[in-house]
Amino acid sequence: MSAICERTDVLVIGTGFGGAIPAYNLAAGGAKVIMLERGPELGAADFTQSLEIGGYTRIVDLIQGNGIQVVAGNCVGGSSVVYFAASLRAPSFVFERRGSAGRRLWPSGLTRSALDPWYDRVEATIPVAQQSWDDVPYAGGVWAAACANAGHTCNPVPLAVDLEHCTNCNWMLNGCRFDAKRSMLLNYLPAARAHGAQVRPLHEVQSIAKSLTPGYRYRVDYTVVDASDYRIPAGAGSIEAKVVIVAAGTMGTPVILKRSGLGLGSVPSAVGKYFSPNGDRVSMAVLDEGAVGNVLGLERAPGTAYEAFPIGKPIGSMSYDYLDPARPEFERFGLQQIYFPAITNLLPEDGTPAAPDWYGVDKKLLSQRWRSWLTLLAMTEDDNEGQWGVLPPTGNFLRVASSAVVSSLTYQPNANTRRGFAASDAALRSIIEKDGIGKHLDWVGGQPVLSAHPLASCRLGDDPATSALGPDHQLRGHAGLFVTDGSAVPTSLTVNPSLTIAALAERASPGIARFARSLGLDVAASVPPPGG
Amino acid sequence: MIPTLSRRRLLQTAAAAVAVLPLVTPDSAYAGTSIQRDTLEAFADTVVPGAKRFAGDRIVAGATAGPGAVDAGAWLLYNDPDVGLAVAIPGLVAAINAEAAAYALTHRTLLDVRVPPFVALDFDARTAVVGQLLRGSGVVQLLWYAVAAMAMLAFHTAGHLDTAAAVRAGHPGLAWLGFPLPDPDGIWRFPDFSYRQELAALHPLTTNTGNPA
Ligand SMILES: Cc1cc2nc3c(=O)[nH]c(=O)nc-3n(C[C@H](O)[C@H](O)[C@H](O)COP(=O)(O)OP(=O)(O)OC[C@H]3O[C@@H](n4cnc5c(N)ncnc54)[C@H](O)[C@@H]3O)c2cc1C
Repeated sequence: MSAICERTDVLVIGTGFGGAIPAYNLAAGGAKVIMLERGPELGAADFTQSLEIGGYTRIVDLIQGNGIQVVAGNCVGGSSVVYFAASLRAPSFVFERRGSAGRRLWPSGLTRSALDPWYDRVEATIPVAQQSWDDVPYAGGVWAAACANAGHTCNPVPLAVDLEHCTNCNWMLNGCRFDAKRSMLLNYLPAARAHGAQVRPLHEVQSIAKSLTPGYRYRVDYTVVDASDYRIPAGAGSIEAKVVIVAAGTMGTPVILKRSGLGLGSVPSAVGKYFSPNGDRVSMAVLDEGAVGNVLGLERAPGTAYEAFPIGKPIGSMSYDYLDPARPEFERFGLQQIYFPAITNLLPEDGTPAAPDWYGVDKKLLSQRWRSWLTLLAMTEDDNEGQWGVLPPTGNFLRVASSAVVSSLTYQPNANTRRGFAASDAALRSIIEKDGIGKHLDWVGGQPVLSAHPLASCRLGDDPATSALGPDHQLRGHAGLFVTDGSAVPTSLTVNPSLTIAALAERASPGIARFARSLGLDVAASVPPPGG
Repeated sequence: MIPTLSRRRLLQTAAAAVAVLPLVTPDSAYAGTSIQRDTLEAFADTVVPGAKRFAGDRIVAGATAGPGAVDAGAWLLYNDPDVGLAVAIPGLVAAINAEAAAYALTHRTLLDVRVPPFVALDFDARTAVVGQLLRGSGVVQLLWYAVAAMAMLAFHTAGHLDTAAAVRAGHPGLAWLGFPLPDPDGIWRFPDFSYRQELAALHPLTTNTGNPA
């Protein structure tokens, strides 16, 4: 008998942290796993060091929403391929957050100490390295020195990087051509494949429906996209599965699930609501080289204090001083040094009173001091005030050009979030402008929010009205349909999110395996970590 | 009277004026390269201004010293197939010139009809027109944002060129930024990248994995 459509035990949508981690655990446990990935598959030899459009734009999407711009990966390995590898645990207070909902937003029992063993497992698998001061590039060093000058502490940031092989080239956004960045391509994905998991690139999932075949709960419909122009369909198909794991990332999962409302009967009303850009607030300093030398006492070469913006790993150091549980909610934030490649150079404002703010003569003069720039990221506590609007005809958004896409996501920071922005702006300004080290500049460029850390909108929780998932990552009302990516994270984290997404995906995996066992599949509920 | 014209009526009048532009400036009499190129380059020059390239340069306003988006290759980026804006260029150019003509009407500015209305404006007026276009909302505003962004990307990233080749060839925008040169094999590596000093005290509650508590 020829099957009408292909079948598998477990179908995973997306190959980032949220997809690769359960895929490994279930494949290693004995399940047949297929992974569908919208983007192409590239490796170290393919990654360029170039800003030419048509290169990095094959694997990075610049998503324009209403009031927000988001950056996300589009390739096998997901955003881990293009990310900056800062690997941080969320502080304890984050798990107790209440937001304006006035009730605990994370599922009861899910605390930092409950998640610590899963963080441990991820850190050992990736593995995450601790930078010493010798590993922190100039930009991170100058930020640390500025913090110390203002009476603050500052820490080197733990990184998913092989520090021995890293060349400090600062091209992480393009994918690492030295295989020094430990993306999913180097750990969970090869381990999942070694256990038989199949990865299918250029497969864009459109929707999920109930399956009519006995024993198979869901049918997943996909389009194959053309490798040279993702707007052109090159085929279509369906796969039936006993278990489906949706991990298309925060910019994908809620859209796929909303489109699946009809095929699944209905989806929880909280899908596509309560989006968080992780409270990201980008700004920058333009440093006074003389003051960096005289006040901070730094010299990187004879006669040169800094002038090193483009050198190094993008994330070097971070102050944890405002991650203080005693501070009021919305006024706690991490302050991180981070390199933004020149593709975002339209966003800084020139800091002069006269219009225009982000283009024109004064902006050009600011860019002449580019090597003295220091870009900064405050990760604050936002209020999950984003939501999706109308569904695009196909895919997750409307692809206008190679990597330029338009999404119906709307994000307008409310008064709580703006309070956090104001507090973090003031903190940054007081550090940067103390003793004339530099001038702190807004980074708006006509757009309120820029984020590489989209979270929530299909979140974990105890309250069905505001959380689409139960505490076990299962979509409410749909047994066997799990969500394990950034969209499951209930709130902003005040640190970069990847390690938390990964730890949650590890934590969810034994429960998914137990569900598979309940269907009669012979799947081990717990397996050693990759290589372990 | 002009001040009582509604904005819509004004734009209609301006658009009509722009529509006859090719008639009053037949190719032989036209001083520039093409209406489309000249208009978009003048727009790009408003976003990243440069010095005039030669005496009598009409496109580049010469608002500041040094290179600008035009020298950096903005026109090539607007036409880059990977950018995907090329199909929109005729409409964009018509809209820019309509807005420019409307500006001239409200400000009682006489336009030199031998060049497109936007090119005929001085730098401050061009800046006002670009600001007006960017102030819109919705998808249209996004489009103008993209047009401005391409000028910026041409200058700051040489987005139509391989970066190693561009920086070695002295691409004017990358040179202006001080973009570093790659190694002889065309690859960037920075063996000297760190002050190699302890530059701040660690947070007292840092965990043994280097994390906040
Ligand atoms: C430039 C950049 C720098 C960053 N730096 C850091 C950092 O230093 N530290 C940190 O912690 N975080 C960082 N982040 C954020 C971090 O990378 C993400 O939070 C994390 O990778 C998200 O994991 P995920 O599994 O939720 O989604 P993703 O990793 O985005 O994976 C989703 C995958 O699903 C695929 N997909 C989407 N839709 C479909 C569909 N319809 N069908 C099939 N497949 C689909 C996507 O192509 C993608 O591969 C950065 C992000 C970016 C973009």
